[in-house]
Amino acid sequence: MLGCLYVHCRSETTSQDKGLRKVTRPPAPSPRSCASRLCSVLAEKERRVKANDREHNDRFPYADNRIKTSKYNAFTFLPVNLFEQFQRVANAYFVILLILQLIPEISSLSWFTTIVPLGLVLAITAVKDATDDYFRHRSDQQVNNRQSQVLIRGSVQNEKWMNVRVGDIIKLENNQFVAADLLLLCSSEPYGLCYVETADLDGETNLKVRQAPNVTSDLGDVSRLTDFDGEVICEPPNNKLDKFTGTLHWRDNEYSLDNEKMLLRGCVLRNTEWCFGMVIFAGLQTKLMQNCGKTKFKRTSLDKLMNTLVLWIFAFLVCMGVILAIGNSIWESWIGRRFEVFLPWGESRSSAVLSGFLTFWSYVIILNTVVPISLYVSVEVLRLSHSLFINWDQKMFCGRTDTPAEARTTTLNEELGQVEFIFSDKTGTLTQNIMAFSKCSIDGQTYGDIYDEFDQRVEITEKTACVDFSFNPLCDRGFKFHDSSLVEATKREDPAVQEFFRLLALCHTVMPEEKSEGDLVYQAQSPDEGALVTAARNFGFVFRARTPETVTLWEMGRAVTYQLLAILDFNNVRKRMSVIVKNPEGHIKLYCKGADTLIFDRLDPSCSRLMNETSEHLSEFAGEGLRTLALACKDIDEEYYEAWAERLRCGSTAIEDREEQLAVLYEEIEQGMKLLGATAIEDKLQEGVPETIARLNLADIKIWVLTGDKLETAMNIGYSCNMLRDDMNEVFVVSGQTRLEVQQQLRSAKEHIVGLSRVSSPGDIEKSDAFADDSVFEEAIIAEYALVINGHSLAHALEPQLEHILLDLACLCKTVICCRVTPLQKAQVVELVRRHRGAVTLAVGDGANDVSMIKTAHIGVGISGQEGMQAVLASDYSFAQFRCLQRLLLVHGRWSYFRMCNFLGYFFYKNFAFTLVHFWYGFFCGFSAQTVYDQWFITLFNIVYTSLPVLAMGLFDQTLSKSYRTSVTRTVCATRACTNRASRTFSSTSAGSSCAPCRG
Amino acid sequence: MGRAKDKSGPLARRPDNSAFKQQRLPAWSPMLTANTVLPFFYLMALICMLLGVWLLLTVQSTREVKLDYTEHGACERCFQMRKNVSFAGEPCTCEVNFSIGKQFKGDVFFYYGLKNFHQNLRRYMDSRDDGQTVGRKNKLKNPSGYCEPFARDSNGVPIAPCGAVANSMFNDTFTLTYHQSSRSIPVPLLRTGLTWYTDKNIKYRNPAVDNLTLAQAFEGTVRPLYWQKAVYELDPDDPNNNGFINDDLIIWMREAAFPNFKKLYGILNRNDNVKFAKGLPSGNYTINITYNFPVQPFRGRKEVVLTTLTWFGGQNHFLPVAYLVTSSLLFLTAVVLTVVWWKFGKKGKNMQLTFQ
Repeated sequence: MLGCLYVHCRSETTSQDKGLRKVTRPPAPSPRSCASRLCSVLAEKERRVKANDREHNDRFPYADNRIKTSKYNAFTFLPVNLFEQFQRVANAYFVILLILQLIPEISSLSWFTTIVPLGLVLAITAVKDATDDYFRHRSDQQVNNRQSQVLIRGSVQNEKWMNVRVGDIIKLENNQFVAADLLLLCSSEPYGLCYVETADLDGETNLKVRQAPNVTSDLGDVSRLTDFDGEVICEPPNNKLDKFTGTLHWRDNEYSLDNEKMLLRGCVLRNTEWCFGMVIFAGLQTKLMQNCGKTKFKRTSLDKLMNTLVLWIFAFLVCMGVILAIGNSIWESWIGRRFEVFLPWGESRSSAVLSGFLTFWSYVIILNTVVPISLYVSVEVLRLSHSLFINWDQKMFCGRTDTPAEARTTTLNEELGQVEFIFSDKTGTLTQNIMAFSKCSIDGQTYGDIYDEFDQRVEITEKTACVDFSFNPLCDRGFKFHDSSLVEATKREDPAVQEFFRLLALCHTVMPEEKSEGDLVYQAQSPDEGALVTAARNFGFVFRARTPETVTLWEMGRAVTYQLLAILDFNNVRKRMSVIVKNPEGHIKLYCKGADTLIFDRLDPSCSRLMNETSEHLSEFAGEGLRTLALACKDIDEEYYEAWAERLRCGSTAIEDREEQLAVLYEEIEQGMKLLGATAIEDKLQEGVPETIARLNLADIKIWVLTGDKLETAMNIGYSCNMLRDDMNEVFVVSGQTRLEVQQQLRSAKEHIVGLSRVSSPGDIEKSDAFADDSVFEEAIIAEYALVINGHSLAHALEPQLEHILLDLACLCKTVICCRVTPLQKAQVVELVRRHRGAVTLAVGDGANDVSMIKTAHIGVGISGQEGMQAVLASDYSFAQFRCLQRLLLVHGRWSYFRMCNFLGYFFYKNFAFTLVHFWYGFFCGFSAQTVYDQWFITLFNIVYTSLPVLAMGLFDQTLSKSYRTSVTRTVCATRACTNRASRTFSSTSAGSSCAPCRG
Repeated sequence: MGRAKDKSGPLARRPDNSAFKQQRLPAWSPMLTANTVLPFFYLMALICMLLGVWLLLTVQSTREVKLDYTEHGACERCFQMRKNVSFAGEPCTCEVNFSIGKQFKGDVFFYYGLKNFHQNLRRYMDSRDDGQTVGRKNKLKNPSGYCEPFARDSNGVPIAPCGAVANSMFNDTFTLTYHQSSRSIPVPLLRTGLTWYTDKNIKYRNPAVDNLTLAQAFEGTVRPLYWQKAVYELDPDDPNNNGFINDDLIIWMREAAFPNFKKLYGILNRNDNVKFAKGLPSGNYTINITYNFPVQPFRGRKEVVLTTLTWFGGQNHFLPVAYLVTSSLLFLTAVVLTVVWWKFGKKGKNMQLTFQ
């Protein structure tokens, strides 16, 4: 979540120097504020805020609008910072060492040998923390002192942001930042609408519309607002940016509130002259701030290895100490005893054993240079620079969108070289996600293909003549369509075709923006919707304007205004959306578009013939790799609608289970619809995708495609990007509907590959843990197989009994494509591989539906494309094009890994070579813990004399030249083969260096 | 990265095309193939061998005589006598004869050597007060705690120089005589100018004398317990070699790193007598030893070493032998690699291809 935080925090610092953004770490909540937040969350089951009533609101422990992201102040800095730093094991160790050195009986080195490096490391960290915090203070102060206009005692007064309280009513003007989480009360626009840009919250740049509750939208002037005394009862503060449930109680009525009526802190008001809002959450309790401070740490395997190594080094240190201490006891009792004439034992070492005990501690001090105090600092420096190299790489820069690659976390670079599985989304990741309306099927008739005089279908190329839309003055010039018969059908006023386009023009959530007469621009949240509305526009059903209650179309040149009664919105479970409108004639109609399977389940039985025809067309479209949607509509009886709408109103004011209740109601009305037809949208492959996939395949990285598309579409894309090939031995398609079927299909596929003998009998599925050794024969299979599995089947296959056989089979195949999968299933598949294979996984995607998978995988990669920024915000690396993955993994990942390994090897080597001198010298100096080197040399060896060479190697070493790298990707396998490289180097260096320094 | 770019336009965020940022800095990575590795091995073997032979010849050109006199002949008596502490005050002398077959050319250095004497024990090495030996007045009477138990005598009078190191100073003395046809000629030895400049002039200083005698300057201190004379009596004839700046003391105070060591006692004075102008002539010699230093308790040995030096130092065979051994190992490896290459690798694949 680091990235997400960065954006949130950015919003608070926007007007500052840009350099600050990346320096500013996400503020970890200070213990105090955390505790207070915890208390308030514990105490706060629901929030009750009364407008214009500070006394009432002050009775609750609601936070004011002052934010504090800084950790320290001038007085607490030193103690708190030191306390934090000494929580790190290495630092604490050196303090213990320092204490040991103060005991004269033990002290073998002066105290400064420890305090100098420790002081340096502490000072560097402290200075860094202090500067970070200074900038946080500055930005806090700047944000807290922003001016906002607050309604106080009947007049609008200027007030600093930090003095704004919950329940206040504040006025916002155009292009102002929203000061707190507000309930929108009214605005300058009709119907209490206002527009906000949420780029700082979720990174999406399209304008979003917010609407005030109907009852308050006319409170346009100050005096009426002053009298407003509504009480909002809502959920306690949380970090869900897209959800809000609450109710407004005013004049003995209840009104439901949802996220559409909220203006969140961090948004910017656009295209709206002014608006008034009531503060619901302030300061640290705003959704923006609640999203800060939550960091998810992904650790690499090298990290773990490093920690283990350090522990081993500790153990090794103790071992050496014990050996030398025993040596000292023996030496003292055999030889030292006779040397007492010159050097009496004295009181403190009355016996050889005691002397040995003291010697142990002396050696712990002397040998401290094996424990690498500067290792962690150096590793941080290396990782940061490796990330910078990724950011700086021109070959991962996309010129078209002006997006450079961005390493959003610095800690995972070396893991990139270890990736074995890539889970990829299809839309927007493999494809461009620039949608073009390509074909459709209306009333059993397909449009979109063109035929020559012999009824042969003609391949559509750049040169194919486009349909002339000049009859329509409002058409979009960028729109291309080749089949003129559809235009003729619209001109004929064929009712089915008209209804089809009417649906496309009505059923969506697109915002129109008409800058000048006839110059329409659509703000669509998903490119599919944009493509469909644009198609309707060109065919004469122009979506012109939208208010919360109406939609205005320009149907074949005449304006028609529909009353918008309800929007049954889209989500990933429903996979469809509907609108209920009342046309000028007073008929109520429901228009629905969505995934074909879901629509077909809810059709009226009367159109089963049409359904068969349409589904044939649909599979034809999908076979060409097009994205399809089915469209249906339904006439609704007025009385029935009234009853339904009443229940909807009840349901939507409920605070608990609101979603479930609504889903049931939606389900109820979306029954018995009539099929209109289907649309097919084309989504072109991204540049360089097949080559990238081929190369990653060569590097033995397995690529699994997880897509929400249909089986046929997915397979088609699979063929076009080289994942499926005709020369493959077999492509298994698993699409069973029941568990038994799925099991049967998986089993037979596996039998096919490995032969009957290896497949366990049904009785011992539970015991099939034995598949751990499968990797042996996995290698032996040369033939190429592919597995395509359906979402339905995947749900069964992911059950505990079948997941092993699924994983087994999938790993035997060169290519795996899962289609029709939900976001949750995507995450489950990643989790499955991650858990059972122990391999490093990488998930790449661009949309909100990929977020779960990106977060689950070891490494998440976000493609910044058409679908907003949510995937990017959740990801560890982001860039604009799928093909950059090749460079990220095969060049940067590999280099990072090799550099890190070599760096660690070198680092441990130099420390061992240096320290073991003292070990061996012990045998010559009677194990008396005498040092060989000057104390200052010991002090500065690690942090001054040898820090640069190791860093230089860790930064610049290139194991293979770049040109060589990309040509022989196969070497990545070799990379992976030496996963334990660092540990091997470690043992060999310690062995090697132990011999090196003994020169009598 | 964070700094605001002043560029604008469609490619404003395009990374700089610099060699550093694009990781195009000139680099060289050797490809290890038989054609490069084998010659390298042979070459290194050759270089090491040449170095080894050269060093060996250098070392062989030095001349050295080593005499262990611990229990040698007449010194047996002294050895027995020093076993008993009660005779510590009684002088004992003995002599050791030896002969040189071939002349020692050039400067000849006279060392005494001790074996099994641990000057490198940490507590031993710490047991000294550099503040005292650098001549600080307050330290002279107030030796540091590190010197315990050799900081003060039983009456609480401070010891100068304090500590175990000074206390255990080697106190045998030697005179060397050359026998030329029944005539005995004393061999002149330079007993000063043996130390490092910094030791003699900076690290060791007598307490400010002003117009007092050295003995007065050291008043209020006693000599170390095992010493027979006080520090200001070490060389009464030469004020520049007396007290803390006595060469023998300075040399002893520079602790040896290993338990077997030799320390410089004197250098042949070639200007004093024409006989020794070219070094030590061949013939018979006698060393008269005042045998004071007991080695029996720690089973040590004492020896004298007469040697000439080259730029490389005395007769130390470690480095030449190490070079020769390395050379032969390299050569052996090279031969094995050649055979392997000849038998298997010659027509075989490139090394990278073995990955596939």
